[in-house]
Amino acid sequence: MTPFLEVRDLTVAYGAIQAVRGVSFTVEQGQIVSLIGSNGAGKTTTLRTISGLLRPVSGEILLDGTPIHRRPAHEILGLGVAHSPEGRRLFARMTVEENLRLGAYTRRDEAGIVADLDRVYDLFPVLGERRRNKAGLFSGGEQQMLAIGRALMSRPKLLMLDEPSMGLSPIMTQKIFDTVRGLRADGTTVLLVEQNALAALALSDRAYVIDLGRTTLTGTGGELLADPRVQEAYLGEGVSS
Amino acid sequence: MGLLESFSTQLTQCFGSTSPPVFVFLQQIINGLVLGSLIGLIALGYTMVYGIIQLINFAHGEVFMVGAYGGLATFTYLLPTFAAREWYIALPLVLLGGALISVLVAVAMERFAYRPLRNAPRLAPLITALGVSVALQEAVRVFYPNATAALPFPNIFVPGSLSFSVGGGDIAIKYSGILLLVVSLVLAIALQIFVDGSRMGRAMRATAQDRDVARLMGINPDRVIVLTFVIGGALAGIGGVLYGGYLNNINIDMGFQTGIFAFTAAVLGGIGSIRGAVIGGLLIGLVKSLGGQCLPGGTAYDYVWIFVVLIVVLVFRPQGFFGETERVRA
Repeated sequence: MTPFLEVRDLTVAYGAIQAVRGVSFTVEQGQIVSLIGSNGAGKTTTLRTISGLLRPVSGEILLDGTPIHRRPAHEILGLGVAHSPEGRRLFARMTVEENLRLGAYTRRDEAGIVADLDRVYDLFPVLGERRRNKAGLFSGGEQQMLAIGRALMSRPKLLMLDEPSMGLSPIMTQKIFDTVRGLRADGTTVLLVEQNALAALALSDRAYVIDLGRTTLTGTGGELLADPRVQEAYLGEGVSS
Repeated sequence: MGLLESFSTQLTQCFGSTSPPVFVFLQQIINGLVLGSLIGLIALGYTMVYGIIQLINFAHGEVFMVGAYGGLATFTYLLPTFAAREWYIALPLVLLGGALISVLVAVAMERFAYRPLRNAPRLAPLITALGVSVALQEAVRVFYPNATAALPFPNIFVPGSLSFSVGGGDIAIKYSGILLLVVSLVLAIALQIFVDGSRMGRAMRATAQDRDVARLMGINPDRVIVLTFVIGGALAGIGGVLYGGYLNNINIDMGFQTGIFAFTAAVLGGIGSIRGAVIGGLLIGLVKSLGGQCLPGGTAYDYVWIFVVLIVVLVFRPQGFFGETERVRA
């Protein structure tokens, strides 16, 4: 069977600097898949290339078996891939509702958009209460909720989240990860990039370790949690059972 | 005559107690508002393009100039004589002709001059804009019949003036001036409503704030940028035609002069802001007409007062009246 998303031997460069040099992984429908690895390993670059913001030097990205790596970013969203970027990157001078409506920019079904706005407000009630407020005034956790909500507004088949726990308290991190688990239960496929490897692995059906621009290890979340190499490099001592 | 003496003479003209010429003052306010609304209309083009691609499009004044010539050409070569006599037929057609030419020129300059430089250092498109400006002026000079000298522009609206007695004298405002003022303000308000409330307007603001993330929302930035040049071009073209109808006289330098004022208005109001461009334009119009009347040096010094105001405002409010302060990234 064709995997839902397949990344084959991806190489991406910023000028002369190769940020990604041989990343390969697959994501199956309905899974949560994590890319973990240290800062600068090439995780964010990989996501930015999948969503079309960057062009690969070589390699392939296949969505349902169709190559998408030559498509412009604004078309890739239409194929069902939503990307919530690192640092959240909300439209700070716009209201919560305007941010969410921009997430649904390519859709023309007003009734469906309104229904999905309500769905996001159900998921994150604080956003509903403050729908007329400017996004820039929100706390980190609230901004992360809005960033996820915005990405959901396109009704993506694949949701890519880049560092959703960055800068959040442990309680807020837990809440965000619970939400991600809930999205999987609703049938959304999630590709997660995280530095918080412990939390990410606990949640993931499959995970890949990216080191110096290459995928070096893979396994289920549980397998990698138990792997001594992963424990030593990314989890710190005494974290796993 | 010494400077001080000149100063007091000029002030007396406006504020003197011996012969209080309130009507002179009011007349200059009206002249200033008409001129200022035009400057504001042109300033919208500067401010929108800057908001989206951070380019000071120095050729935008030329888009305004080309619109006036496009309107004149429509009137001279396309309009049947019976239509030219009736303003309600002539005006919409001449406006359409002028706006169309301006939009074509604006879209072409984006496509062929600025888009290839989208990722170049910012100085490159800036210099290109200056080059486009000179090229457009020269193109009109060479190709438009007799454009080496100023050309008469026909009346395309109700001729004559509205005049009334107030403050010890008569003041007058041309009907074509009222038209310029009203159309400019209506268009600016319509633009604000479009940008604030419509789906495309939201896409424009998103592209202005963060182009990469706008792409992630499925927005094609090229389309947004073209739309920005279309809107700016149409407003400038309409401005050019109305300005021609108001002064009954156009020349190829009009874009450069008005462009400088409009650019200043956009900076004064806070570049990127629609209401800022309009308020900046009105303020500059008022400073120019009142300064020329009441301050030493008369009209010879009106540029000076405009830039004095600009400098004073920027010292205390570098982002202009409605400009965004530095963006805070969470």
